[in-house]
Amino acid sequence: MPQPSAKSPRIGAQSADEFRELQWMTLSAIIRPLTSGFKMQPAWTDGRPTRAVIAKFIKPNERLSSFERLEIYNRQYWFRVLDCLYEDYPGLRAILGETKFRRLRIAYLEKYPSASFTLRDLGSRLEQFLIERPELTHPHHQMALDMARFEWAQVVAFDGQALPALAVDDLLGVDPTKLRLQLQPYLTLLDLGYPLDDFVIGLKKRDAALRSEASNAMDLSECPSNSQKTPPVRRPPKKRIFLAVHRFENALYYKRLEPQAYQLLTALRNGATLADACNLAVDGGDNSAGEIAAQISAWFKSWAGLGWFCKAVGERGRPRPGPGRGHPGSSDNVKQTLMKRLPQKQLRRKTKRSTS
Amino acid sequence: MAANRYNGFTDLGIGIGLRVPHYRHILSKKPTCDWFEIISENYMADGGRPLEVLDDILEQYKVVQHGVALYLGNADRPNRQHLSKLKNLVKRTQTPFLSDHLCWGSVDGTFSHDLLPMPYTMAAAKAAARNIREVRDTVGVPICVENVSSYAEFHVSEMTEWEFLSEVVERADCGILLDVNNIYVSSQNHGFDPMEYVQNVPHHRVGQIHIAGHSKFEKYILDTHDHPVLDPVWKMYAKAIELCGPTSTLLEWDAHIPSFDEVHGEALKAKRFLERVSKSRSEAHAAAVS
Repeated sequence: MPQPSAKSPRIGAQSADEFRELQWMTLSAIIRPLTSGFKMQPAWTDGRPTRAVIAKFIKPNERLSSFERLEIYNRQYWFRVLDCLYEDYPGLRAILGETKFRRLRIAYLEKYPSASFTLRDLGSRLEQFLIERPELTHPHHQMALDMARFEWAQVVAFDGQALPALAVDDLLGVDPTKLRLQLQPYLTLLDLGYPLDDFVIGLKKRDAALRSEASNAMDLSECPSNSQKTPPVRRPPKKRIFLAVHRFENALYYKRLEPQAYQLLTALRNGATLADACNLAVDGGDNSAGEIAAQISAWFKSWAGLGWFCKAVGERGRPRPGPGRGHPGSSDNVKQTLMKRLPQKQLRRKTKRSTS
Repeated sequence: MAANRYNGFTDLGIGIGLRVPHYRHILSKKPTCDWFEIISENYMADGGRPLEVLDDILEQYKVVQHGVALYLGNADRPNRQHLSKLKNLVKRTQTPFLSDHLCWGSVDGTFSHDLLPMPYTMAAAKAAARNIREVRDTVGVPICVENVSSYAEFHVSEMTEWEFLSEVVERADCGILLDVNNIYVSSQNHGFDPMEYVQNVPHHRVGQIHIAGHSKFEKYILDTHDHPVLDPVWKMYAKAIELCGPTSTLLEWDAHIPSFDEVHGEALKAKRFLERVSKSRSEAHAAAVS
């Protein structure tokens, strides 16, 4: 969190520099954490009484002191940003419990105050913060970290960028040793240590009966809505899963992936050619070459149907999306192409392994 | 209606803010409404449902963009990435003009997500005017700046809020989105006469008027947008359109949002005031001609 300088600020606002310093001073006061009683902190960063510091630049009136007037903004800021994270991270809240989750949000926002014009981005550095401060999520650190990644992926999937999608048929006839496919920016691939998709779906079912309509109302007569208690839920047992968080027809989905499918997609996202990515999937499984080719073919049909592939940037001879290039239904063609295009060395190796 | 160069020469009528709880009703029932105001930042996403809904709305209705995060009164200059996204949205909506608040809200890339009051100094007025011109030149549509409701004042202020607003819009040569509810809220919090404010802004620059409800607490009034418009605000509205002429009007209702019909019905109460002013202006004109 930015700290105002300890020296007496120039608070004239008569020049551009003074104007800027006045804004910085005011913002510093507004984004300082509240006390546990939702009040402005009585002591300034350098130990002086906050009242005395604020009285230097905020005018009192006959009903409110300078401190009380700026406190209105201080409280509005914290209620707003805390509520925002409360809404965006219900799973993390369920894992940590209300008290710990509140402590975490305050610590996070103190370290990483909002750096975007939109509150949508407020959680963008939460994963990083959890890595920096594991004690705040102890003893459920890994689960909390996974959940933070999962819930941020949902934010991205909701309104992240969508590029023109490729259909399966767009891939036909293209040399897979040269083809690099790009995945949609709104799609996130996750390797999680816990089945958090099931956990979150369970939470949603539980909350359906309890949920009241979200509101942006700023009512200072009450504590924030997030002080309300919800019944505890059982944390999920450890179990590794692979997940794609995406949207289809503008609705949000989580899709479980097989380990090889995750490997393949991750390789594509990291810039591997189609052939290299497929080889990774082949290496990662115990099926025969024919089985794995059929499997990959089915995956590609499904993924292309979901619109996950898009034009790669700067790739020569890349496929182009557009009408007249077929539709994503011809899985047999894809299978044949993949069988044909998978490097023979890999096919042989796979065959060998499956027969030994 | 007061069509002028600050609102893109539009006579829009009476609109309401487009809000999520009304999406389904609007898209399925296609109710009559002169126009919708959208919060620009809600649609400055890169994709997904928000833009799909917006495109559906644009097929049926006139839309005007209203921002909450340009922070035209920042000491810092406007963020270029923000402006680029805003410009893209302007192309999409074809908004005749753009409005945002005469306030500040961020410093050095740290955001308050609030509409913070300005110190009413010449340095602040110059910075705000510079920022408004930069935004207008970038996005390519006229700008109207809205007066905010506020709960604090700075010692350094050297003029009244309406003098400051006038100074800024003259320097920037832009329009005003006159929020009469905000004037009322601030007048109660700071102890000035709200009618004096309305009387002293440059009326020819007013491109649009906002009305809304507020909440009264023991020691201050809060701009909550969660109630019908209260009588003192209607009185100010009547005075404002008497001075500015019949002007495009928008009702803001942002919390505890009732049904579309209830919100729209509340907004349409402005109609009788507009008709009264139009009538008296016509009569005055007829008398002058005869």
